[in-house]
Amino acid sequence: MERSGALFGHFRDLDQQKQTASLGMWVFLMTEVMFFGGLFLAYTIYRWKYHDAFGAASRELDVSLGAINTGVLILSSFTMALGVWASEMRKRKLLCIFLIATMVLGGVFLTVKGFEYAQKFEHHLVPGPNFVFPGPESQHAEIFFALYFLMTGMHAVHMIIGEGLLLVLLIYAWKGSFTGGYNAPIENGGLYWHFVDIVWIFLFPLLYLIDLHH
Amino acid sequence: MSTTNANPPPATSPPQMPRENYLNANYGIRSWLFTTDHKRIGLLYLFSVTFYFALGGFFALLIRLQLLTPQGWLVGPDTYNRLFTMHGVIMIFFFLIPSIPSVLGNFLIPLMIGAKDLAFPKLNLLSWYIFNIGAAFALYSIVTGGIDTGWTFYTPYSSIYSNSQVSAAVIGIFITGFSSILTGLNFIVTVHTMRAPGMTWWRLPIFVWSHYATSIIMILGTPVLAITLLMVAAERLLHLGVFDPRLGGDPLLFQHLFWFYSHPAVYIMILPAMGVTTEIVATFARKNLYGYKAVAIASLGIAVIGFLVWGHHMFVAGTSIYAAMIFSLLSYLVAIPSAVKVFNWTATLYRGSVSWQTPMLYALGFIGLFVIGGMTGLFLASMGADVHVHDTYFVIAHFHYIMVGGAVMGYLGGLHYWWPKITGRMYPEMLSRAAAIILFVGFNLTFFPQFVLGYLGMPRRYATYPPEFQVLNVFSTAGASILGLGYLLPIIYFIWSMRYGPVAGPNPWPATGLEWQTSSPPPTENFETTPIVTWEPYDFEHRPDLGLPKPERAKRKPLEAPGLELGE
Amino acid sequence: MRTLTRTPEFRQEPDKAVEQTLPLFPERASSVAGGVDAFFLMLVIVAVFFSVLIGVAIFYLSFKYRRRPGNQLGDLVPGSQVLEITWMVIPFMIAMVLFAWGAKLYVTMRQSPSDALEIYVVGKQWMWKIQHADGRREFNELHVPVNRDVQLTMISEDVIHDFFVPAFRVKMDVLPGRYTTLWFRATKTGRYHLFCSQYCGTNHSLMGGWVIVMEPSEYQAWLAGGSNGESPEAAGQRLFTQLACAACHGEGPGPGPRAPSLAGLYRSTVKLSDGRTVAADDAYLRESILDPGAKIVAGYDNIMPTFQGTVSEDQLVQLFAYIKSMGSQPAQGGSGETGRTAPAARAEPAAPVQ
Repeated sequence: MERSGALFGHFRDLDQQKQTASLGMWVFLMTEVMFFGGLFLAYTIYRWKYHDAFGAASRELDVSLGAINTGVLILSSFTMALGVWASEMRKRKLLCIFLIATMVLGGVFLTVKGFEYAQKFEHHLVPGPNFVFPGPESQHAEIFFALYFLMTGMHAVHMIIGEGLLLVLLIYAWKGSFTGGYNAPIENGGLYWHFVDIVWIFLFPLLYLIDLHH
Repeated sequence: MSTTNANPPPATSPPQMPRENYLNANYGIRSWLFTTDHKRIGLLYLFSVTFYFALGGFFALLIRLQLLTPQGWLVGPDTYNRLFTMHGVIMIFFFLIPSIPSVLGNFLIPLMIGAKDLAFPKLNLLSWYIFNIGAAFALYSIVTGGIDTGWTFYTPYSSIYSNSQVSAAVIGIFITGFSSILTGLNFIVTVHTMRAPGMTWWRLPIFVWSHYATSIIMILGTPVLAITLLMVAAERLLHLGVFDPRLGGDPLLFQHLFWFYSHPAVYIMILPAMGVTTEIVATFARKNLYGYKAVAIASLGIAVIGFLVWGHHMFVAGTSIYAAMIFSLLSYLVAIPSAVKVFNWTATLYRGSVSWQTPMLYALGFIGLFVIGGMTGLFLASMGADVHVHDTYFVIAHFHYIMVGGAVMGYLGGLHYWWPKITGRMYPEMLSRAAAIILFVGFNLTFFPQFVLGYLGMPRRYATYPPEFQVLNVFSTAGASILGLGYLLPIIYFIWSMRYGPVAGPNPWPATGLEWQTSSPPPTENFETTPIVTWEPYDFEHRPDLGLPKPERAKRKPLEAPGLELGE
Repeated sequence: MRTLTRTPEFRQEPDKAVEQTLPLFPERASSVAGGVDAFFLMLVIVAVFFSVLIGVAIFYLSFKYRRRPGNQLGDLVPGSQVLEITWMVIPFMIAMVLFAWGAKLYVTMRQSPSDALEIYVVGKQWMWKIQHADGRREFNELHVPVNRDVQLTMISEDVIHDFFVPAFRVKMDVLPGRYTTLWFRATKTGRYHLFCSQYCGTNHSLMGGWVIVMEPSEYQAWLAGGSNGESPEAAGQRLFTQLACAACHGEGPGPGPRAPSLAGLYRSTVKLSDGRTVAADDAYLRESILDPGAKIVAGYDNIMPTFQGTVSEDQLVQLFAYIKSMGSQPAQGGSGETGRTAPAARAEPAAPVQ
């Protein structure tokens, strides 16, 4: 089916198209909630079962790096929201600036995360044959770190996908596709980015802040 | 439902194939592999799922052959364990879950609601590719030795002890799960935003309601399976041991996560078949569906309550008595909406004009076998009886009654019912009736003895068994060979019909849905002009355009009764 | 194509229990079997009733309203809210009756009676190891006395298994890392199939054997008959010495130098450092040995090393036997997740409790 401008051929009008795209993104985000939900459930059960071991393991994480990342990500959500505003105001260059800012902040997050992961390798906190944890509950601590890597790793994968999404949006934004009145892709891209941010808002306290002051 | 281009008056000359339709709109393999037409994608799926059905069926054949003798004469236990695992994995994930939604749902939903396509045509095509990429991983795991964990992948066997290709297989299922999620997402959004003018929610065909309910399960349940299988793969490949008992991992955690999806998954498999059955019963009784609203709401009820019962797979797994009680109670509750549907289908026959053409044979067979399967579900929902029959052939018989006697019959019935719409041709009626009867007989002979076997104590997943179980196993294998024959026939005559079958015309049955208001096969854009809907669903009474003569009955009870809600 | 070169012995001998005139159910050899079969029969009746009802209705209506020249179109039949509600409520009531019946049966099956004969079961790929309290060990066979409550405390060394005796109508998964229990009272002497019924790998279908129910006198004779070497208590005492447990726990009735005494510990209530009180059952003992930091007794430090990887499940059972021989509290109903019944009156020397 042909396309005329922004309108795809199987839709009646841009309004229907925008409604459809928006609902689609919300439904997709619901699936993502269920996806991460499984990990959060596993975490909750083991935190309840191995309370002290999880606390001890959590204290091995670098809270300041985690806090910096939290701030970076919240800021990136802000720049993303500004980008959506810019597209509504039909300001092409401003939109591009905000998209780039969001991508840069996302990159900072991933870099810090990479640094944290490297630290874990050095300190023998990666589950597997080289895992070393002092104290009697090292096996339970190993479960904590397995969940740490699974949860932050899955989150990082979603961030990387988000970066790719932002790049695509940036390219089309530069061409002016979203500043001519129809900005649904920017809005929906923003929704995805905010979701990835919110997942981190849950991950940070659960992984970094439990039993901080033992 | 009236459209702006009225149905032509009953033809005096035989119907003609429409000159331009979605099948001949363009030619060449690329026009199929890069299509975004939901109808062509439905056919792509038909091709794929038929292949996997045959593969899964082949494994079933080997299983039944092995079980002819108590000592197991055909294969050793390692191979047998791979056979039943692959049979389950392929049939569930690569046949049953996609079958009706991806073939018939894709094809029909836009037609039924008066839209030109689904909400996201490109995502639709992507979901077919994702399906096949995931399936390729599964095929890879088969040809490199197979997996032997059972389709349920219980830890720690699957995460630590099994030496088979578990990672490849679970990654394959993980990937294919996204096909399911995207299909569900597409359906939900489509039904919300793409309905034609006048197509209100309470005018939607039950087929659409059923798929809407199915899609809710697909989008909320499948992601949980995805992350669970990913955790198993992560444990095997990356030593991220969340399920390892030596680290304190809880084997029950996997079971809860797994069944949280896999129980609702069975409703993914049955709800679409219920939708198909509803369409067929109304059409072949030539009257309104009794209790339309009740049936629509029951579909949603099954989807919702279906998420709350997963623990009934774990009554002897080591859970607490209280948890078992809650799950048992809810499991009984989920039977109620299904019962409501069965009663409403049966009541639809009252004062109808009932014809037992092939689709109706499948629909009525579905109802009968679904009732038996569903009733035996009550045995399993009850804690006291489940202890004895859990993990025995009783369970196997129960779920095959629902999935084969139910879902597969529904799928075949749907294929027959909409074959004229999809291809423009009719299949041979006598042969198709014979096939339906052969399937029904073969099916019951295969699986009814397994109820008895299960109560006698034969556990499932056994490559060898004590000799006193042999007679029943032989009966079951005999039935399976008849069943296999039954499945071959439709493949043969469907292919034959595409060239030699009589031309069907737009509305051969006739039926009331919007999909029958366009040509057979439909044009690529489905309708020449956007339909405007004014009719209630299944309203044969007010459809003179269908050309059906009024019955010669003197008495007629008053037709409209005020203030009815659930009934109509 | 590889076939089995050897058919295991228990496969060659058919279960005589099943050779009846109408083999629809296995022999009833336990106290709950009759109840389960009666409930099953009720379910069959309900299932047959509804299946026949729907089947007959479909055939009758299809015939009466069949399509023929004068009947080419059906009537528009209005629905009835009353009917919809009726056929929701009636199945609901039947469902609730069945639920309650099944639940009651299940609760009975899950709650071991107090002073049941305790037997330990360790499952592993692909065999059952059974340890009677007084010393006899057996493999793939379980000898029990007739008309006596028996409680099995079970654990797996590797993957999930399941202990299933069709003639008793009982079944329970056997898990790694955690005890599960199963109880029964055999009511008929004889030999009955034992199956593993949770898929566990290659030889899952061979992992089984027999439950042999004997008259009490025969059972006593059997128990005394086989001395497979040292009793579990003696083995446990040997381990206790080897692993130097006494260094902290001491050996006498009073508290040890660095750890609570174990005399009279079994089945007592223990006060923990975080204020909780727990029962010192099998699960507690196992956790204390394998994961000592999880629960610390009030007044003591967290200094006990873990013996995970050092002691096997069988050795744990032997240690328990030794600890029990140091005195235990009266039974409070089965261990594990069972309910509580009144403690059996027993004359037992008062033992110091922490």
